[in-house]
Amino acid sequence: MIPRRRLHVDRIRCDGYGMCAELLPELIDLDDWGYPILRADVVPREFEGLARKAVEVCPVLALRLTAEPRRTPTPIARPAPASRSGS
Amino acid sequence: MSDQILWFAARGAGVVALLLFTATTVLGILTTTRWGTAGWPRFLTAELHRNLSLLSLAFLAVHIVTAIADPFTSLGIAAAIVPFASSYRPVWVAIGVVALDLLLALIVTSLLRPRIGQGLWRAVHWTAYAAWPLALAHGLGAGTDAFSTWLLAVQAGCILAVALAIGWRLWAGGSNRERLPDVVAAGRRPGATPYVRRDR
Amino acid sequence: MAARILAGPPLDAGPESLRDHLARLGPRPNARAAIKELEASGLLGRGGAGFPAGTKWRTVAARGGGDARVLANGAEGEPLSAKDRALMTLRPHLVLDGALLAASAVGAAEVVLYVGAEHRHARSALSRAIGERAATRGGLPVPVTIVDAPTAYVAGEETAAVHFVNDRDARPTAVPPRPFEAGVDGRPTLVQNVETLACAALVARRGAAWYRERGSGTTPGTTLITVTGGSSPGVREIDLGTTVADVAGMAGARLAETSAVLLGGYFGGWAPAADAWEIALDPAALRERGRTLGAGVIAFLPAGQCGVRATARIIAYMAAQSAAQCGPCVFGLRAIGDTLERIAVGTGRSGDLARLDRWGRQLPGRGACRHPDGAAGHLASALDAFGEEFRLHAATGRCSAGAAGRAA
Repeated sequence: MIPRRRLHVDRIRCDGYGMCAELLPELIDLDDWGYPILRADVVPREFEGLARKAVEVCPVLALRLTAEPRRTPTPIARPAPASRSGS
Repeated sequence: MSDQILWFAARGAGVVALLLFTATTVLGILTTTRWGTAGWPRFLTAELHRNLSLLSLAFLAVHIVTAIADPFTSLGIAAAIVPFASSYRPVWVAIGVVALDLLLALIVTSLLRPRIGQGLWRAVHWTAYAAWPLALAHGLGAGTDAFSTWLLAVQAGCILAVALAIGWRLWAGGSNRERLPDVVAAGRRPGATPYVRRDR
Repeated sequence: MAARILAGPPLDAGPESLRDHLARLGPRPNARAAIKELEASGLLGRGGAGFPAGTKWRTVAARGGGDARVLANGAEGEPLSAKDRALMTLRPHLVLDGALLAASAVGAAEVVLYVGAEHRHARSALSRAIGERAATRGGLPVPVTIVDAPTAYVAGEETAAVHFVNDRDARPTAVPPRPFEAGVDGRPTLVQNVETLACAALVARRGAAWYRERGSGTTPGTTLITVTGGSSPGVREIDLGTTVADVAGMAGARLAETSAVLLGGYFGGWAPAADAWEIALDPAALRERGRTLGAGVIAFLPAGQCGVRATARIIAYMAAQSAAQCGPCVFGLRAIGDTLERIAVGTGRSGDLARLDRWGRQLPGRGACRHPDGAAGHLASALDAFGEEFRLHAATGRCSAGAAGRAA
């Protein structure tokens, strides 16, 4: 059985309470508006208890532990730096 | 003599249950304001809210058991479950029973929240705004010393605490969710910068 | 280049009738080998994501249990794109062919044509085409309905399309489940762009080998593009692998008169004209360079128009088009949009460029859909392509393009 050790934020439910970042500062940062930035989605063993607590305490149940990997970002961003000739 | 003990216990447990229930309500409201400091993180408010609700239920149990056991009140078990089943101050006891039922629903749905989902949980949790005043009313009408000074002072304090919490919540705002469409719409005007920095 | 998708009557002759369509291409082929042909052809989705069509069809077929759904996506919410509405207007039967072929191949009980409400000609052409089919002896094998998509950028996103068909709410939903797992009516749904379906209809008739004859790069086939900014803009069909220079030639845009090229539309990115000119429009090659063909939009920015201003306008549009469901997108795009506006008009503050970079890097993957990712990618490419312009605007409030060097 694949262990459920990846953090997943339901971005529509998330309302910026920030309790997840308080409990897991090593894994979760907050942006300028209080919304979580997952620095890493795989939860190391020693943080599993705290991760479960964070899932339980989220007032809107936006945080989940899942086995599925994060969606790979669309391969759109960050073109190779343009040549500077003339511009 | 033992009658007196039961009577004291019932009153005492009832008052403590009310205080704890009030604190629970205040902390619940506080959670939605997203208030927190480095020394008092937001999850602490949420956790304390949860723990005090369970503690209030424990004192409520003592209050109910001793009230039933007290021969002076002639309350049977039925009176604790069915509104208006008691012959002793039926209306006020009934109010207490309804408050009890709502509290049980609040706690059970909260413990089972991952199973029942956020929507149902929220709908039930709103009834807390009915449960707490009912508990307060029950305290005023059902107790034999309802209008003693100290009890009135305690209840006034409870009302003040919840009123202040609600006032803060209305002033400080809470969820971003309703504001999101406004923030998007405001962006259609050039130069407006309504985005708000949330303090950590 | 001989047209394939747009082959047939002249492009100013209006919708092709069923009779002409059948005379030109013959009857719709049997769907039995369709998925295999599609996989062999290497046909990629034409809606922007570029996912292999054959794989998508196979997945839905496997999960559908005979009760799947097909949603033909003709919402075309990208403002610079016109190819889908042109295709639906001129070759409605080819699109219908593709949708019905897909329905047969994946075992769907219903086809929904999700057409942008503002594309009135496309809608009436499709409506008439459905009528023509229904009147034939066989009739329609499955019910085909047209649903008017709202005129919003995110309404064309696949979960938004499904959400609207189900609940009249064109906002993206959180995944999982994705449409191929649970979509229209909760059933596994194939959401496919109308151009992809039209190509699939051709592949099923002519075979994978025929499809692969065209295309000069790694990716075979032809594709529809929408070109703006030259002297003869419009929708064209090109071989994949055609260079931007050749497209410029078709559209009447000259290198000396162009400052930058937008590849892929609002969801794509900018490149300085000199760098862009030799780029081959081949999805594989583009991906290697961190670029995308997206929905086939190629826009030439004339020299003398301010790239900072253009970027600010586009990002402001994308911010205003947020579905307003996720905080990072709503607040992030607002902040970026406001900052870009200040820089564009010349009232930038110190640290603005650093803030733009930081906010942009924080966006990808933090919304329920890819809207913030697209905006972040667009911003990054603009900061890169117009780097000097941004620095000039931010530091001095001046613009090297535009009237008398004033930033506005």
